[in-house]
This record gives sequence, C-alpha cells and structure tokens, in this order.
Amino acid sequence: MRQSLKIVFMVLCLFAWQQVIAGFDNFDFSGDVTEKRFQNVVSKLRCLVCQNESLAGSQAELAKDLRREVYDLMTSGKTDKEVIDFLVSRYGDFVLYQPPVRPSTWLLWIGPFVLFAIALFMLLRKLTRRSKMQEVVLSDSERNRVHQLLEETSADSQNENRE
Amino acid sequence: MKRFLPVIIFLLLAVLLGVGLKLDPKKVPSPLIGKAAPAFELPLLKKPENSISTDAFKGKVSLLNVWATWCVSCRAEHEVLTAIANTGKVDIYGLNYKDEREAAKKWLQVYGDPYVVSAFDADGRVGIDWGVYGTPETFVIDQQGIIRHKVIGPVTVEIWQEELLPLITKLEQQG
Repeated sequence: MRQSLKIVFMVLCLFAWQQVIAGFDNFDFSGDVTEKRFQNVVSKLRCLVCQNESLAGSQAELAKDLRREVYDLMTSGKTDKEVIDFLVSRYGDFVLYQPPVRPSTWLLWIGPFVLFAIALFMLLRKLTRRSKMQEVVLSDSERNRVHQLLEETSADSQNENRE
Repeated sequence: MKRFLPVIIFLLLAVLLGVGLKLDPKKVPSPLIGKAAPAFELPLLKKPENSISTDAFKGKVSLLNVWATWCVSCRAEHEVLTAIANTGKVDIYGLNYKDEREAAKKWLQVYGDPYVVSAFDADGRVGIDWGVYGTPETFVIDQQGIIRHKVIGPVTVEIWQEELLPLITKLEQQG
C-alpha cells in the first residue's frame, strides 16, 4: 500500500513539474498575442546567462525579464521580426539560436559543404585513377623471368631458414 | 610535401582549438559599442525625487557601472572602483540594477560610494535596453554620449591600467 502511494506521488510530481514549465510567467494570452506566437519567438532566443537554454525554457532571472520584455513588445503591437531585431540590437547576434547569413558567417554556413565537396573530389580522383591503371600484359620471356626470380627468392628464404 | 600534410593539418587544428580554448563564451561582444548610449531617465538611488538621464554623460568621458547588492563580484570590484574614483580621472556613474533601494543605500554607506550618482533601475528595463546580462558590467561613454567600450565582469586594476585608462586618455585628447 505504501509502495503504491509512493509511486502515485512520484507520478504526480512529474505532472506538477510540467505545470510549472507551462505557466511560470502568468502572461495573459487572451488578447492579440497568442501563446503559440509568443512561444515561437522565445524559443528562438538564447538566454545569455545559461547559454545553452532558450528564453522559453530558462528560469534565470534575466530570462524572465526578457520574456516579459518580449511579451510587452508584442502587446504593444510590434511584429515578431521587430521584437527579435530589438533584442539583437541590444545583445548581438548571439541571442539568436540560428545565426544570420552574412559575410562574417559565410564560413559557418558554407564551410561544411565546402569540406564535403573537397572530400568528394579527392575520393573521385582516387577512384578514377585506379580505374585508369592499365593492366600490364607480360610477354612469355618476361613471364619466365618473373617465375625464375620468384623461385630464386623462395629458395633463398628456405636456405636462410635452414641456417 | 605529401609526407608533411598530416603534420600540417595537425598543427592547424591545434592552433584552431588552442585559440578556441582561450575564448570565454560568457563574454559576448556588445553590439552597442560605437552607438549612442540608449536613452533613459531614472530616479536616483539616494534621492528618488530627483532623476538622472543620459544627458548627464554629455561633454566628458564617463563610466557607467552596473551593480547590485546581490552581485557577489560587484563587492570584489568595489575597492577598485573606489580607487579609480579617488584618482579623479573619470566620473563613475552607477546603475543599481534590480536591487532593493534600502539594501543598496546601506551597501554604499558601509563600503563607501565611488559613484557621482547611482540610477535606480528596479525592474531592470534600462538594463535590458543596455544589453546587460551579467553584473557587474562597465561601459565607457565618450563626450558625445557614444558607448566606446564595455567591460563584462569586475573591473580589475589590470583592466583599469591597460584598457580603461589609456582609452579614457585617448578619448579626452580627441575631445
């Protein structure tokens, strides 16, 4: 009985945690700003205190403030792009999870493809070289000479073994 | 040449990763450098009936230090700021960030007050406008009210001597 109560309690704890995550700010989404729109924007933005968390999932004090800022900007009629641009103008590109495409980030965006292209090129070159290698046709005298050499060497090694 | 290729690749990688190790991901460069200081008007910490605006920075080089009583490294920085204020080389303004007024006033009473004045940013709105994400932070603002530099984390004697003082001297000469 106690055992099962414990399990029920633990399961309830799991649900309670989800409740906390879902509603820790108590914003009013009954107006023009829908929760979906809000969540979409804050999940694209990085929390600068705990850098691997988005604003949507962070409990840091700054993340709470920034969520409020995003909410307030949205309710004041700003578009998603304007909200994001505001935060970028204050905190830099680093607040964005997806870095913008511009000359300074070209290497980041194109680099992997360039490396892949180089690897592909080298692989193809190696393969074509191999197929271009011509089969060597030996004349009868050459063949005899090869056999002779092989026999000599195997005889040598046998002698060495005996010694 | 072909024989040395792996060595060359190894050295390049080692340099790349070595540089990467030296970088501090907590230090995010501010996009506000070279731009006008975001305007604000805030009540003073000690005299809530009076206010300070960004006009206070006009006509001289100033420092704006973001601090709070809950910020541990601000305490460590405080002595350095006091020493800087005592040199009389630059005016230090405070931005008391997301703090309790009484606690902050007491802090200045106990440890001394290096600030010309401190602005009181209770809800951190001005902080967001200035891109503050970790106290302490210190901005260098020139005579035209343009942000020239930002120190993230506590100002140390080395930072003052090697970064801030030369910059302030240079800005004052350009005047």
